[in-house]
Amino acid sequence: MSTIPFDEALGRYEPVLGLETHVELGTASKMFCGCKTTFGGAPNTQVCPTCLALPGALPVANEKAIESTIRIGLALNCSIAEWCRFARKNYFYPDMPKNYQISQYDEPLCFDGHIDVEVEGEIVRIEIERVHLEEDTGKSTHMGGATGRIHGADHSIVDYNRAGIPLVEIVTKPIPGTDRLAPEVARAYVTELREVMRSLGVSDVRMEEGSLRCDVNVSLMPRGGSEWGTRTETKNVNSLRSVERSVRSEIERQAAILDGGGKIVQETRHFHEDTGTTTSGRSKEEAQDYRYFPEPDLVPIAPDPAWVAELKSELPELPSVRRKRLQAEWGVSDLDMQAMHNADAIDLVEATVTAGAPAADARKWWMGELARRANESGTALGDLPITPSDVARVTALVSSGALNDKLARQVLEGVLAGEGTPDEVVAARGLQIVNDEGELTAIISQVLADNADVAEKVRSGKIAAVGALVGGVMKASRGKADAGRARELILEQLGVSE
Amino acid sequence: MSAITRDEVAHLARLSRMALSDDELDHYATQLDAIIEAVAKVAEVAAEDVPPSSHALPLTNVFRADEVRQSLTPEQALAGAPAVEDDRFRVPRILGEEA
Amino acid sequence: MSLTRKSAAELGALIAAGETTAVEVAQAHLDRMAEVEPKVNAFLHIDAETTLAQARAVDARLAAGEKLGPLAGVPIAHKDIFSTHDMPTTAASKILEGWRPPFDATVTARLRAAGLVILGKTNLDEFAMGSSTENSAFGESHNPWDLTRTPGGSSGGSSAAVAAYEAPLSTGTDTGGSIRQPAAVTGIVGMKPTYGGSSRYGVIAFASSLDTPGPFARNVLDTALLHEVFSGHDPMDSTSIDAPVPSVVEAARHGDVQGMRIGVVKEFAGEGYQQGVLNRFHEAVALLESLGAKVVEVSCPTFTTALPAYYLIAPSEASSNLARFDAMRYGLRVGDDGTRSAEEVMALTRAAGFGPEVKRRVMLGTYALSSGYYDAYYGQAQKVRTLITRDFEAAYQQVDVLISPTTPTTAFKLGERTGDPMAMYLADLCTIPSNLTGNAAISVPCGLADEDNLPVGLQIMAPVLGDDRCYRVASAVEQALESRWGGPLLKEAPAL
Repeated sequence: MSTIPFDEALGRYEPVLGLETHVELGTASKMFCGCKTTFGGAPNTQVCPTCLALPGALPVANEKAIESTIRIGLALNCSIAEWCRFARKNYFYPDMPKNYQISQYDEPLCFDGHIDVEVEGEIVRIEIERVHLEEDTGKSTHMGGATGRIHGADHSIVDYNRAGIPLVEIVTKPIPGTDRLAPEVARAYVTELREVMRSLGVSDVRMEEGSLRCDVNVSLMPRGGSEWGTRTETKNVNSLRSVERSVRSEIERQAAILDGGGKIVQETRHFHEDTGTTTSGRSKEEAQDYRYFPEPDLVPIAPDPAWVAELKSELPELPSVRRKRLQAEWGVSDLDMQAMHNADAIDLVEATVTAGAPAADARKWWMGELARRANESGTALGDLPITPSDVARVTALVSSGALNDKLARQVLEGVLAGEGTPDEVVAARGLQIVNDEGELTAIISQVLADNADVAEKVRSGKIAAVGALVGGVMKASRGKADAGRARELILEQLGVSE
Repeated sequence: MSAITRDEVAHLARLSRMALSDDELDHYATQLDAIIEAVAKVAEVAAEDVPPSSHALPLTNVFRADEVRQSLTPEQALAGAPAVEDDRFRVPRILGEEA
Repeated sequence: MSLTRKSAAELGALIAAGETTAVEVAQAHLDRMAEVEPKVNAFLHIDAETTLAQARAVDARLAAGEKLGPLAGVPIAHKDIFSTHDMPTTAASKILEGWRPPFDATVTARLRAAGLVILGKTNLDEFAMGSSTENSAFGESHNPWDLTRTPGGSSGGSSAAVAAYEAPLSTGTDTGGSIRQPAAVTGIVGMKPTYGGSSRYGVIAFASSLDTPGPFARNVLDTALLHEVFSGHDPMDSTSIDAPVPSVVEAARHGDVQGMRIGVVKEFAGEGYQQGVLNRFHEAVALLESLGAKVVEVSCPTFTTALPAYYLIAPSEASSNLARFDAMRYGLRVGDDGTRSAEEVMALTRAAGFGPEVKRRVMLGTYALSSGYYDAYYGQAQKVRTLITRDFEAAYQQVDVLISPTTPTTAFKLGERTGDPMAMYLADLCTIPSNLTGNAAISVPCGLADEDNLPVGLQIMAPVLGDDRCYRVASAVEQALESRWGGPLLKEAPAL
């Protein structure tokens, strides 16, 4: 497959994006039956006549799922339908028990909204076309053939635990004008959506478990043109990084085809994490005809306006608003805030501040030492085995003078190694600053004796040289001395004042 | 002119996943043609400004609380399955869309 | 008098009084079934052991002093479209042959709770698609009045069983007339409750927005008693009405039309109607007037488009409802030779497992919902549905109930209409409008047609949740006619 470099592609074409995001709601029970929604249950243990589509079984809609969808719509500044229906989307597929999916067609629960995302200091408004509610499918495992791929498998085995879990689909309007920031905008949008879902508490939005999944539409329009090109829909985009990479790769691929005088085929494509590229889905023998019609087994939804108003008034602070507030409270720069956002550190820092740490200290530890360790071990910051209150305790020990930064790092290391709470690590490792003036004075006397030449320099007025002596004291105390106090005592002993 | 062609009937059979023989297709083409001609009478009723009814009764907002109920046991779930493997429904190979 | 000739109310009273037992009554009916089933073929599944075990359990509950309703211990024939955990449930389709659901339909559960004893599962047109039981994959049922004729359909096994004294009660489902039409042509009573008045949960779906479970019996009171047992709100069915069941038993006990306004639907007469059917209908009209009702003619012009609208809406919903029969999770699987794909196996199974009428309707429905045709067919049919509702509403401004013949003709000969689907569809001409609008409607015997001495049914239609009005009028008609005839119409039926 030929591609042309991204920058070159952008020189000749303008990309238009579109994103369809599926979010599995974190309800206790499924969309239309009372089966559990827990991830990872033993196969076919969370199924019933309704979600297995046994003859005669009927769906009844989960009120919490309707409520969550309306809340999502409100958080995305959507209008809420006064009256809408579920519809059946008819197509045969073995992991879909009824061979139709209960979804919504031309009457989504929420429509016409927007959400702003920030990329490189620029605010991009993403228009939301619709937010609707549907149900998830079961999960097929492909047996025989090559490594579990569907192609070449000789049969499949199906677990329907996932079938019927409520799924919210959020569809953007086409997003033009993102230019070379298209990949970043796509990523920022999905990131922002994820945070909105988290703040609403409607989903655990774990992309790796499939509770947030993304289909990415891309088309290219020649620069100066006015007609949008044919779009492709890339499925299987299951991480934030992949969202970004798939947009980039599709732009590079489509540009090469257009450069060569070819035509883009409207098709489904699949993203491959390993190569970072997309490949064509099986070309369909005939266009899909889903034969949507209103679901006769469910009655229309007509949300009471008073209920919608109540849900709206009870919405939590949205992530972008919260970030602005926290930035002001913490007094940090746009850049620092963006860095914390990108590192998924805002919640952690906030929790640390709530646990009593000064914002600057909380940020320093999470974005410094802890970010470094997370990076080294390849884990997310939030997955490090340390709590915000642990970090707050460490900052408290530092500001009380019980620890200095060097000791504090050792404490963090101990906590991360599972040696216990900060206080337990301090006790077990004996990491106390030496505050005993007598002991410190003795160490200083020894250091001055051992470094008579340096001491002489300081005494003769080269105060800057005192650093070497402080270093000696720190070394001799194995880091446990309070460097500031040591400096004062050294100068005092040498009879020098600043 | 017939309301429906044999090719259209073949398309409908494919859409509804029924492997019909050529004879059956011929047979159904004739019958469906007659039926469609008869039911097309609905189009003669002027109803442009009439709202469609998808349901017999105007009920709205029938929901259930988000409560977990007893599921079937895997044995019950799989009891009627034509084939089972590893507590899952065993199905023939799927012509998926993945490349 | 033999136990099988008694009414359900009588049997219930005898059992309650300890004069007989559920087991004795069940055994008497099982004996009758053994005797006449070779001729009638009303049942798809009979399992005497399971039935007697149920009867013994009911006797034990009664002996323990448990308060059960008036039908405790009374046997019932159950249409094989209602899920039963202890008997196969097939909808008379090869694709579900041998299927044993792991759950009971709500109606089934309510029958059991009230102490009814299930005698077996009755025959029907495959997936309830038909008007004669000739579309059953397991052979047709015969009309006890004339074994060469159909007992109607789709609930023909249930009507035949009751008319043949194999059961005092039976269940049916009515999507376009599948209770009222078989009741009419076998000389018994059949009621289609208000849509949503009886639960569809566990009833194998044909057309979800139309399907309505309802009762059959040999008289109006028994029908009402059964109606009351299984009706009422079911949280498992979103379309179930959360309102009290109309007092149908009370109405059935007090048939009276004095001062009632009754409308005769003008459009249901004329070409295609058998003269003997019209004669009996006109006599019924005169009878109602003589009983003090004010009868007027009412025009419902859109009713003539109900049949085409129905034959778009029902197949459309069916095409989707039947998609689940795909050989993956249950039921028949054909052609899985290890090389064929799931898609091929689905298509081979559905071709082998569905009968011709089902295939026809699935394709018709698929067509009506297809892009490009949706607006002209399904969409337009739904608008017609609205218009029919308006016609009903306008009519009910003037009258309390509407009446018509239940069917244009008496029972037709087996095989007579199987080659001509449109002719078969005409059997439901008068019954369909009530399905499209969810109205209540009942069929009650009103005599024998002059030409063939076969039963004619009078249909009484009432507004949504006006089920009690159907029973009130039906009971008055039954009372007056039985005193005229010197007993029920069924006594005219030949001995089997």
